[in-house]
Amino acid sequence: MTSGDFVQPPRRVDRAGLVIAGLLAGLAVVLVWDARGLQSAAMYGMGPEAMPVVVASGLALLAIGNFIDALRGNLPARESADPVPVALILVGLTLLIAIIGLGGGFILATAALFVTTSAAFGRRAILIDAIIALVMSTLIYLAFDRLLTLSLPAGPLERLL
Amino acid sequence: MMDTFAALAHGMAVAVQPMNLLYALIGVFLGTAVGVLPGIGPALTVALLLPVTYKLDPGGSLIMFAGIYYGGMYGGSTTAILINTPGESASMATALEGNKMAKAGRGGPALATSAIGSFVAGTIATIGLAFLAPWLVDVAVRFGPEDYFALMCVAFVTVSATFGDSPVRGLTSLFIGLTLGLIGIDKLTGQARLAFGVPELLDGVEVTTLAVGLFAVGEALYVASRRHHTEEKLEPVRGSLWMTREDWKRSWKPWLRGTMFGFPIGALPAGGAEIPTFLSYSTEKRLTKHPEEFGKGAIEGVAGPEAANNASAAGTLVPLLTLGLPTSATAAMMLAGFQQYGLNPGPLLFAERPDLVWGLIASLFIANMMLLVLNLPLVGLWVRLLAIPQPWLYAGILVFATMGTIAAKPSVVELSMLAGFGVLGFLMRRFDFPIAPVVVGLILGPIAESQLRRALAISLGDPLTLLQSPISATLLGIALIALVAPFVLKGLGRFKANED
Repeated sequence: MTSGDFVQPPRRVDRAGLVIAGLLAGLAVVLVWDARGLQSAAMYGMGPEAMPVVVASGLALLAIGNFIDALRGNLPARESADPVPVALILVGLTLLIAIIGLGGGFILATAALFVTTSAAFGRRAILIDAIIALVMSTLIYLAFDRLLTLSLPAGPLERLL
Repeated sequence: MMDTFAALAHGMAVAVQPMNLLYALIGVFLGTAVGVLPGIGPALTVALLLPVTYKLDPGGSLIMFAGIYYGGMYGGSTTAILINTPGESASMATALEGNKMAKAGRGGPALATSAIGSFVAGTIATIGLAFLAPWLVDVAVRFGPEDYFALMCVAFVTVSATFGDSPVRGLTSLFIGLTLGLIGIDKLTGQARLAFGVPELLDGVEVTTLAVGLFAVGEALYVASRRHHTEEKLEPVRGSLWMTREDWKRSWKPWLRGTMFGFPIGALPAGGAEIPTFLSYSTEKRLTKHPEEFGKGAIEGVAGPEAANNASAAGTLVPLLTLGLPTSATAAMMLAGFQQYGLNPGPLLFAERPDLVWGLIASLFIANMMLLVLNLPLVGLWVRLLAIPQPWLYAGILVFATMGTIAAKPSVVELSMLAGFGVLGFLMRRFDFPIAPVVVGLILGPIAESQLRRALAISLGDPLTLLQSPISATLLGIALIALVAPFVLKGLGRFKANED
């Protein structure tokens, strides 16, 4: 606690904190809006619309709390973040969802995720990683689909096995 | 008293059936293998391995769970000692001294004191669980719906507000969880809430999808985003694995003291192993005859917190099994494990499926024993797992994480939710919001709501029923104090800065 001894740097308004407060307030609005469409069927006590309103009130209060924290710059210090690897992993997840959605099968989907994640963590040997990924996800597919009889989505590659 | 022994003996008979022993062994092995991976704490270990147990019968699956739970804890401390990346805050004290010991070439004794300490603490705490549980069950059968509702309020507050750095951020996490818990069909009236016409949302948010998204995907995104900051360094295990006579002499009291801190605090519906581990750490620091070694690798600083950590893990099973109340992220995942078989922990489960409950408790003893026997000799194998290059490690974690969801519900909506929760987990880590309250909110929110509505229906809509039951009134009072206290104490909170 060093306050008082020397001049503190002026505390800056934390913009990310303001966004968080705004999102919480927005979520509260969505809850109330959704609850309005519910019919209270209960003769006594609370109907299905009561709890969303309670939660929404809590969210609204917390939005104010977060807003005050952000104005005072009270958020914990953050280190710089590198957006490129995050984006790469998200691309991988999108690929995975698209391949599963389009019927490409488990092996291709998880292999795509493996390669992009590995690249996000700095690997540049994409071809080698792709081979490793294909072998690994084929083994996982065989182990879980055949041995543990969990059903994993099948695509062109799975039908060859 | 005798009942407990009889029940425990019966549970032992269930647990030592060859098939169940095998399940326990697989659980311990998988739990350690996954738990040892850097950045993966016990909660995520349980979440990741939940799909593996889908096809087993409930008994076998819960027994495997017991193994995964303790294995994950053990694996986490190995990582904390050898690479100084505690997978969770409860291992932070262990990392503090343990990693220094490993750097000084005493990694072997550090691992040994943590393993044996975990065994001692786990065994004592499981005995405590076996004797405390039936007593609490007797209390819990007298609970009405309003008392359950009040109890959940206590859990909400203590999990999110009391022990975090900022009550506002903890409560924000809790309310995000409560919001997620509202999604889906309302069980009493059949009306859809927050489903926005998406059929997949009518069933509500899957606990495992949320946990795996927040913990696994979120962690991978977070580590990737700050890869340029830190270089993890794996300390090789040099020299003897065994503890010297001096090490034993310095370890046994911290083990017992750690257990005394860990079990009661874990058993309170307050949750979290952080408090007992740090209490144990500061106590050992005060009592040691070698204060100069603290901060440089004192064995007491590993022995005490590790024991406290394990004892509190067994302690959290007390409210989980007797009241159905999860007070930590790991306990929440265990509850999800029960729910996947339609089982609800609580007094009824003790009455209806004693074989299951006592089989699980007995398996905790067995899992603990297996860890001690297996893991010290196998430490070389775990160290090799730690040496997997980071790109492949996280790529593998993500593949395994998504596989659970793909196996359970291979739909685009479910996978998108997983990715969305991953982004949420990343943002929460980045802006320092605690994760566990989200999971607890999702699980307990709907239960709290239905108990409250039941209580109000019985009282014909009179909200005073919450205050007329003495149990409920007391619990609500505790919840209120626990909610207000951190805001009041904020000004007095400076002791915290001095403590560490």
